[in-house]
Amino acid sequence: MKFTLGWLKEHLDTQASLDDIVEALTRIGLEVEGVDNPGEKLAAFRIAKVLTAERHPQADKLQVLSVDAGDGPLQVVCGAPNARAGLVGVFGMPGATVPANGMVLKVAAIRGVESNGMMCSSRELELGDEHDGIIELPADAPIGTAYPAYAGLDDPVIDVAITPNRQDCMGVRGIARDLAAAGLGTLRPLAEVYRTEAIAPVAGDSPAPDVRTDDPEGCPAFYAQAVSGVTNGVAPAWMRQKLTAIGQKPISVLVDITNFVSIDLGRPLHVYDKAKLSGGLVARRARDGETVLALNGKTYTLDATMTVIADDTHVHDIGGIMGGEDSGVSETTTDVIIECAYFDPDHIARTGQKLALTSDARQRFERGVDPAFLDDGLAIATKLVVDHCGGTPSAITRAGEAPLGTRSYAYDPARTETLGGLAVAPERQRTILESLGFTVTADWQVSPPTWRRDIDGTADLVEEVIRIVGIDNVPSTPLDRAPGVAKPTASAEQKLERRIRRAAAARGLDEAVTWSFLSEKEAAVFGGGAWTLANPISEDLKVMRPSLLPGLLSAAARNARRGAGAVRLFEIGRRYLADAERPTLALVLAGDRRPRGWREGKAAAFDAFDAKAEALALLAAAGAPVDNLQVFGPDSIWTGDAWHPGQSGTLRLGPKTVLAAFGMLHPRTIEAFDLGGAVAAVELYLDALPAKRGGGGFMRPAYAPPVLQPVRRDFAFLVPEEVSADALVRAAKGADKAAIVSARVFDLFTGAGVEAGKKSVALEVVLQPGDKSFTDAELKAIADKVVAAAAKQGAVLRG
Amino acid sequence: MAELDRQEHLIDQINRSETLDQLEALRVAALGKNGSITALLKTLGGMSPEERQSQGPRINGLREAVAGAIAARKAALDAAALDARLASERLDMTLPVDTPAAGTIHPVSQVMDELAEIFADLGFAVATGPEIEDDWHNFTALNIPESHPARAMHDTFYFPDQPDGERKMLLRTHTSPVQIRTMLQQKPPIRIIAPGRTYRSDSDATHTPMFHQVEGLVIDKGITLGHLKWTLETFLKAFFERDDIVLRLRPSYFPFTEPSAEVDVGYTLEKGKRVIGGSGGGWMEVLGSGMVHPKVIAACGLDPDEWQGFAFGCGIDRLAMLKYGMDDLRAFFDGDIRWLKHYGFSALDVPTLSGGVGA
Repeated sequence: MKFTLGWLKEHLDTQASLDDIVEALTRIGLEVEGVDNPGEKLAAFRIAKVLTAERHPQADKLQVLSVDAGDGPLQVVCGAPNARAGLVGVFGMPGATVPANGMVLKVAAIRGVESNGMMCSSRELELGDEHDGIIELPADAPIGTAYPAYAGLDDPVIDVAITPNRQDCMGVRGIARDLAAAGLGTLRPLAEVYRTEAIAPVAGDSPAPDVRTDDPEGCPAFYAQAVSGVTNGVAPAWMRQKLTAIGQKPISVLVDITNFVSIDLGRPLHVYDKAKLSGGLVARRARDGETVLALNGKTYTLDATMTVIADDTHVHDIGGIMGGEDSGVSETTTDVIIECAYFDPDHIARTGQKLALTSDARQRFERGVDPAFLDDGLAIATKLVVDHCGGTPSAITRAGEAPLGTRSYAYDPARTETLGGLAVAPERQRTILESLGFTVTADWQVSPPTWRRDIDGTADLVEEVIRIVGIDNVPSTPLDRAPGVAKPTASAEQKLERRIRRAAAARGLDEAVTWSFLSEKEAAVFGGGAWTLANPISEDLKVMRPSLLPGLLSAAARNARRGAGAVRLFEIGRRYLADAERPTLALVLAGDRRPRGWREGKAAAFDAFDAKAEALALLAAAGAPVDNLQVFGPDSIWTGDAWHPGQSGTLRLGPKTVLAAFGMLHPRTIEAFDLGGAVAAVELYLDALPAKRGGGGFMRPAYAPPVLQPVRRDFAFLVPEEVSADALVRAAKGADKAAIVSARVFDLFTGAGVEAGKKSVALEVVLQPGDKSFTDAELKAIADKVVAAAAKQGAVLRG
Repeated sequence: MAELDRQEHLIDQINRSETLDQLEALRVAALGKNGSITALLKTLGGMSPEERQSQGPRINGLREAVAGAIAARKAALDAAALDARLASERLDMTLPVDTPAAGTIHPVSQVMDELAEIFADLGFAVATGPEIEDDWHNFTALNIPESHPARAMHDTFYFPDQPDGERKMLLRTHTSPVQIRTMLQQKPPIRIIAPGRTYRSDSDATHTPMFHQVEGLVIDKGITLGHLKWTLETFLKAFFERDDIVLRLRPSYFPFTEPSAEVDVGYTLEKGKRVIGGSGGGWMEVLGSGMVHPKVIAACGLDPDEWQGFAFGCGIDRLAMLKYGMDDLRAFFDGDIRWLKHYGFSALDVPTLSGGVGA
C-alpha cells in the first residue's frame, strides 16, 4: 500500500516529521517497506529564465545564454534548439548531479566559453523521454524556486506492508486513524478532507437506477446512483498527482475517481457506461460456463459459485473483483451508473482463487470493506463525479443490506497484563480503543467499529492496546525453570539420527541436503513416487522422492562435472511412501576410493564391499546387532532394477526386517543421472532398526575375562562356487557352539590349482577353552566337527 | 715378561679386529680348546703349590683381561653394525601420507543440534510431524479458513484431490501443524521445538521451494507475551553467543496468534558484512511469533480460559546464514562438496553448553 506524506496529511493533522511517522508506522504494526522521495535527486535543480541567447562564437549549434536562476545572470552554454530569450526552464547549478547519467555539473569552458551550469531536458532529469530540447515551463513559473517543490515532486512516497487482517488500512484514512491513536496527530473529519460541509447523499430527482441483488449471500448490498450528462475528461491535477506519485497511471476522471476513493478510503467502486447496458443491473450467480471479458483484456469463464453483476443480456462485472470491458467508461461516456456494493469476503476470496485473478478491489473486498460505509462511499463518489465531470445525479437505489456484524466483548483491562505481559492503566486503554473507533461502555463492554472485521475476541483487544502503547515496552519475563540441571529431552529417534549422522561424517562422508521432490523420470529409476504435486514449481521438482539416492546421484554428477576426484555424500531425510514418511540415510561413493599414490600405486575405485563396510559401520554406530545380520542378495522389492544384479544386496535382521540395501548401482541408473564410472551406494532404513533394549540404568555386566588364551585353527576348503562365504562361516561357527567363538574368511582363491566351478576358501576358527586347556583329542574332535559341518555345505578340506 | 708382552700383544690384536669373524678367530686362538691361554691354564695342574701360588693369579688375570677385551670389542662391533644397518634404512620422511577423507556435517543439521541443545536447557523437548500434511492441520486448525487471504500468502504445494474427497493433502507450508499435533497428543504444560523441512512455491536467492523452519510452542497457565520476549532473547543470546543481542518486536498478524509480533534482531556492519549484535547497522527480521490464538487452543480440545501460551517460527537456514555468513540459500541444497567442506562442520563439533553451541 503506497501513499505520499502529503496525502496522509489530508487525513492526519500532524506536526510529526517523516522519520517520526515512518518509525511510528512500523511500531504499531504497519511495516514500512520503503520511503522514496522522488524530488530528492532533483533538489539542486531550480526554475530559471533565459534572459538572452546569442550564437556561440566557435560553434554553430551552440548558444551562449544568460540565465537567471534567482541569483542574477549566469553565463551558460546550451545546445538545445529551443533555447531562446524569455524561455523559463529547469537549470542545474554547478555541483548538481544529473539523474540520467550521474554526471556532476561543474564550471567548465565549452569551446572556449565558460559555462556555469546546464539547462536540462526531461530525459536528463528522468521526467520523461523528451530530449529534443530543454524543458519549457509556463512563463509565470517562480524563478529561483527548487523545481521539485514547484512540480509537486517533493512529497515522499511511503510504502507500507498491510497484513491481511487490516482492510481498514488498505485506505489512507485507516492508516491516519491508527497514527492518530498512536499520538502522531489528529484525524481530520472526513467532510473536511473532502472539502464539504457534511458527507451526505447527493440525491437528485431523476429516477433511481434499476439495480437489485438476487444473490444476497455473495452480494448482500448493492447501492447505486446514476449521473447523466457527464464529461469524462482529465482528472484534476491534485488527483492525478497523487495517483501518479504512487505509480498509478491516470486514465480518465471517472476511472481515476474510483481508484482514488479505493486508495483514499479503502472503498472500491465501479462506474458503468449506462449507454452500453441493456436493462437494469442485477447481482446474481453466474451461470456455469458464462464468460466475461474483463478490463484487463482477458476473458474469464465463470461458474455458479461466482457472483457477477449483469444486465439483461450479459455479465458486466466479476463482482467485487474486476469490471467488464464492454461497459467500461470512455471519453464519449455521458451517462453513468456508480456502483457501491458489499461483497461477501469468502465469496470474493474463492472466486479470486479460482480465477487466479487479483485486483485492488479483490484485495479490499476479501479482507472485508466497512459494511456501514456504503451510503457515505456513494455520496463521496457522486460528489466527486458531479464536481469534476458535471452532470445531474439521480435518486439512490439501496438494494439489500450489508451485514454490520455488530458484536461486543466483555473485556477485562487486566488482560493486557495477564496475556500481553504489560500493565496499562484502564483509562489509557479506553482512550486507545476509542481513538481506534471502538465503543467502550462504563462496564467494559467493548464493540469494535464496523471497519474492523478482524477483531474477534478479547485477545484482539489486548493486541490493539499493546501495539499502540508499544510492544517494545513489554518487559521480558523468565519462564519458570525446573530446579537442578536441565533434564535430557532428546527422543530415541533423535539420538539415533544424531549418532549416525556424526558417525557418517567421522567416516569421511559429507552430509548433503537435497530436494524432497524429484522429476518423474528420476523417481521412476527408483520405482516411482507415491506422491505427485498438483502444482509443482517445475517439472524437475514434482514427485516426492521414493529414495534419497536420486538427489545424491544428481549432486554427485554436479560434483563430477566440477572436477571432483572422489565423491562421498550422504543425506539423512525422509522417503515419502504411500503409507508413511520413512526416516532414511543414504550415501553414494563415486570416483576414486583411493587416488594413485607412491605407496599403493594405481588409483582404486569404490566397490560393493566399500558400500557394505559403510553400511555395517553405520549400523554398528546406530547400535544395531551387526553380528546377527544376514546378507541377502538383490531382490525386486528392495534393490529392484536400480542396482547391479550381481553386486548388491540387503542386510537383514531375520528374513523380513531389512535394515539396509547396499552395493553397486546398475549402469543404467548411473547413466540416467549423467554419471560415469562405477558408483557404490547404501540406503539405510532408520525406522527398521530395533529399539535399544534395556533402558534400566547405566550399570554394565560384571567383567569376567576368560582365564585361558584362545586357540586358533586354520582350515582350507574347496567349495562349490555358488556356496556363499557366509554359509560356510556360519556352518563352521555352528559346529561347536561351546568352543568356537568366531570364524572368519582369511583367504579366497580361484584359478590355477583349483578345479573349475570351485573356489578355495580358508577360514580361521577361534576356540576359547573354559577352565582347562583343550587336550589334543578335544582339538581333533572339534576340527572334525568343523570339517563335517562344512561338508554339509559341499565343502571339502583341502589336502 | 714374555707372558705380559704376549698379553699386550693379544689385547692389541683384539682391539684392532675389524669384524666379528676376526674377533672370533682371536677368541678361539686364545681361549678355545687349544688356545694359548687355555694351554697356560692347563700348565697350572703340573705346578708345585708354591709355583701355582705365584703363577695362578697371573694366568687367570691374563685370561680375564683377554675375555673382557673380547666382550668389549664385540659390543663395539655390534653397535657399529646396527648403526650401519640403520643408516642404510634411511627413508625420505617428506613423502606424503594418505590422510583419510574428512567428512562434514551440513550447517542445517548443525544448527538444528545447536537449537536442541539450547532449548533443552530451557526445558523444551523436540517434536516432529509429517511433511505431507492435510489441510486441517496446516491451515484450518490454525485459524486459517479456506477463503482466508493468508492462504494466498503461503504459496502452497498441493497434491491432487484424494478419491474420497475427504482430506486435501499438501506439503506443509510451515512447522506450525506440529503445534496442533502436539497439543492433540499431550496434556499441558507443553514446551517443544519442532524443526524440519517446509515448502512454499517460491524461488530466488533468498527463497527456495524447500527450506527449514523451527517452531516453538509453550502452553501453560499464566504465560504472557513477556515470557515470549524473554525466551526469544535468551535463545538468540545463547545461539549467537553474544550478550549484546537487541530485539525489536513489531506488531504483526498471523491467524494463529493474537497478539502477534514479528521479531527483528539488530546488527552492526563489520567490513561490509552484517554481524548480529548491537543495532548500529539496522534490523533484520528473524522470526514471527505471538500468543497462541484462543481458537487454536480450542481446536486442540483445550480450554483457552485455562491454558494460554506462545508460539514462534524461525527459518533455520536463515539462522545458519546469519551466524556463519553464507549468502546464497540455494547453495544449501546443491550438495557441492567444496561448499560443504567450507561451511560444513566436523563430526566432533558436537554443540554442548559447556563447550559453546557454536563451532
